[in-house]
Amino acid sequence: MEAKKMFESDLFTVLEKADAVIPDYSSKDFSSDQDVRWCPGCGDYTILKQVQNLMPKLGINREDMVFISGIGCSSRFPYYMNTYGMHSIHGRAPAIASGLKAIRPDLSVWIISGDGDSLSIGTNHFTHLLRRNFNVNLLLFNNEIYGLTKGQYSPTSHEGSVTKSTPVGSIDHPFNPLAVALGSDGTFVARAMDRDPKFLQDMLERSWKHKGTSMLEIYQNCIVFNDGAFEMFTDKKSRPVETIYLEQGKPLIFGDNNDKGIRLDGLKPQVVDLNDGNYSQDDLWIHDEQDAIKAYILARFFDDPHRDGHLPRPFGVFYDVQRPTYDDLLNQQVQSVISQKGKGDLDELLRGSETWEIR
Amino acid sequence: MKNKIIKDEVTIRFAGDSGDGMQLTGSQFTNTTALVGNDLSTFPDFPAEIRAPAGTVPGVSGFQIHFGSKPIYTPGDQCDVLVAMNAAALKANLSNLRPGGVIIANTSGFDKRNLGLAKYEDVNPLEDESLKGYELYAVDISKLTKESLNDSGLSSKDVERCKNMFVLGALYWMYSRPLEPTISFLERKFAKHPEVADANIKALKDGHTFGEATEIFSVRYEIQQAQLPAGKYRNITGNKATVLGLVAAAQKARLPLFYGSYPITPASDILHGLAALKNYGVRTYQAEDEIAAVTSAIGAAFGGNLAVTGSSGPGIALKGEAIGLATMLELPMVILNVQRSGPSTGMPTKTEQADLLQAFYGRNGECPIAIVAARSPSDSFMMAYEACRIALTHMIPVLFLSDGYLGNGSEPWRFPQSEDLPAIKVSFDAPRHGDDLDPYKPYVRDENYVRPWAIPGTQGLAHRVGGLEKQNETGNVSYDPQNHELMTKLREAKRDKIADDIPLQDVDNGSDHGRLLVLSWGSTYGTIKSAVQQSRGDGYDVSHVHLRYLSPFPRNLEYLLKGFDKILVPEINNGQLIKVIRDTYLIPAIGFNKIQGIPFHVGEVKAKIRELLD
Repeated sequence: MEAKKMFESDLFTVLEKADAVIPDYSSKDFSSDQDVRWCPGCGDYTILKQVQNLMPKLGINREDMVFISGIGCSSRFPYYMNTYGMHSIHGRAPAIASGLKAIRPDLSVWIISGDGDSLSIGTNHFTHLLRRNFNVNLLLFNNEIYGLTKGQYSPTSHEGSVTKSTPVGSIDHPFNPLAVALGSDGTFVARAMDRDPKFLQDMLERSWKHKGTSMLEIYQNCIVFNDGAFEMFTDKKSRPVETIYLEQGKPLIFGDNNDKGIRLDGLKPQVVDLNDGNYSQDDLWIHDEQDAIKAYILARFFDDPHRDGHLPRPFGVFYDVQRPTYDDLLNQQVQSVISQKGKGDLDELLRGSETWEIR
Repeated sequence: MKNKIIKDEVTIRFAGDSGDGMQLTGSQFTNTTALVGNDLSTFPDFPAEIRAPAGTVPGVSGFQIHFGSKPIYTPGDQCDVLVAMNAAALKANLSNLRPGGVIIANTSGFDKRNLGLAKYEDVNPLEDESLKGYELYAVDISKLTKESLNDSGLSSKDVERCKNMFVLGALYWMYSRPLEPTISFLERKFAKHPEVADANIKALKDGHTFGEATEIFSVRYEIQQAQLPAGKYRNITGNKATVLGLVAAAQKARLPLFYGSYPITPASDILHGLAALKNYGVRTYQAEDEIAAVTSAIGAAFGGNLAVTGSSGPGIALKGEAIGLATMLELPMVILNVQRSGPSTGMPTKTEQADLLQAFYGRNGECPIAIVAARSPSDSFMMAYEACRIALTHMIPVLFLSDGYLGNGSEPWRFPQSEDLPAIKVSFDAPRHGDDLDPYKPYVRDENYVRPWAIPGTQGLAHRVGGLEKQNETGNVSYDPQNHELMTKLREAKRDKIADDIPLQDVDNGSDHGRLLVLSWGSTYGTIKSAVQQSRGDGYDVSHVHLRYLSPFPRNLEYLLKGFDKILVPEINNGQLIKVIRDTYLIPAIGFNKIQGIPFHVGEVKAKIRELLD
């Protein structure tokens, strides 16, 4: 087998990689031998299944996939994937993934994290990952509660949440994860939920296809400590009026019989009735994944009663733009220095510029 | 013709305001001194602030060089010559000047304003009797420089900036050094501003001529070539030697080098040095914080690079949890700690060796890692190299200890040839092929208790690692009580087994048994070596053992320690190695400690040796 360098700028062959034929995988090939140990009914099961369903479609070897997690219920995820994986320490998965991707752009790197992991202890790494735009995928399982430590409020819990550590209600103003991601100059920002598996599958695929950091927030129901947190988005009755599904180039329409829409009054979103004769579809906001300002306004559809009033919750791709990735830039820089200066000679380095000899 | 006196060693301290270019002056004097073949040792003494108020004592920047025709092990306890560019520089450094020493003072730095800023009130120390115990040369260097550069066309501010070169020229005359190395340095440095280069070179030459012509200086000195072992030498600082050690190890292991770091004094120069070596397969990553610096390195280690992170004490504290993760993952990683005075922010620009116990114990749980420590600026090369070799060969985090004194200090280095460096053999676990493979077992160990390095992308080796306790061999999560005890013991046994792979401890000076052993580690080497050598010369039965491998200790250390009646452990801390030594070998060692942010003086150690033997 001919040793192949993983990328041009490598001075040394770290790994021999053959032009392997990609096996004809099924989703089962991505299950590890470990028993899955989440609470019965946990939303994590669906997410795991959808990820395992997606993997065979990617056309890459499972050995070229790495799942890296922090700490929390969701962070058990890598143990259940028959790929390379690392269950690391609280909040640090983005930083570990950054180091790995910096030196191994050949790998498909997935970060599995939760609302506590990414938006409390690891917020620093979360934001810096997004601004650097490493070509990795980040799945943020948001259940608006600390599950593994048994039921304290999280940085995404609503004000007033009554939990073990907030017996008379939380006074913490919650993070709006998508607004944080957009504020960090993320290049791909999307939202899905566990109880809409097909749509989740689509969003996972869109995340994978995006080159750069893909941030997919997944609303995930914690059946034990925060059951029903997202029920209004999944319940058959409330769902049509409480959710809005985003489609590129399409108007923002929702409601029981698609009878409502969103128009922009300046920069202010306004819910309009399409049946009252005042507005037609032509008046509505057309979704544009490349528009950063509109993406931010959409991210603010977040039920902050202090300012926004009540708006349906958007699901789908809020923002998707291209920007050079850190891993590409780093390796291009290494490559360009090598082509300017030539491959470094160790003896020249040890000698330095000024020497003298003692005989 | 003036008198020429031959001396075998001299210590000069250049001191001035932060803006006076003393570091540059000192490093140029060092460079030239190295090129003429003297042995030397330097110590830069930076102010804590980047630009403290000009003219004040906190704004004084110093650079000390000790050079000679005999072996030089320290930057010198006290200086023979103090160059004071202003009143504050005199005030801050006079206590370092030996009685009868030479003061070269720039009189225009002692005007009313400067005297006030240095809090000399209204008395000019150059004019009263306070310096009568010294040999004082009061010269208006600013004025002489101005006259020298009358026709340069430079602004008066730029002319003023050349006064350090005038002083340097005068000292080159006084100590019989050539001007050419500095001239060619100035031509390179100011290649884009030839008028500035010309002015600096003229100031340098006129300073030299001034030394020759003036009647103020009556003698000049000659320091002959040192009798160093034959070979090719260069001058090097500890931080630069560390950079070279890491790169050399990566090249010999045939691995790319990844360095994750967050800027911190006094370790940042290592980041700067490595960032400039991309063509050696080096990737540097300036992370968002210390934790991201170490965890990015863990990611790189998982991916198959030689992974290194570096910091100083406060940063190492932040990295603690992640070092624990690397210990559990059993991945190779090198952690550099260029120690500074602590705790907390402490005194960032001052040296201390007070992070040894942090290196041993500063993590949660039973978390054995390997520890090595450099003993001199140039030894940083070999110990950084060794840290990498041990990490890669034994799949373990290795902590490399240096400190501000070593990192910024410099000395001549007989640099090695790459072919003479010890081999570092790294092999990743081989791919497995087939449809019906058993799950891969990442924690099966070899005879040294070392697990294989199985990197992503390798066929048939897909596996999961993590910070949760591992089942022996399979690496699966395990809460089994017996297994946890087994794994804890295995991780420790793996660290201890490294003792088979490091040199036996040598005795630096003296016999392997006797009345008194001085046991030291880290940057105190040169001082203690000098103190022991001189005490032995005075007839004292004292030996010196200096540790470079601290965890595990060399196998014969216990034998050596038990051969002496008394053991003295001098440290620039409140007693740390001594605790480990007492605990490990149950011997009543005696501590000798200095916690002032500055190194020992040879005299202090000699006095302690005498106290114990007289």
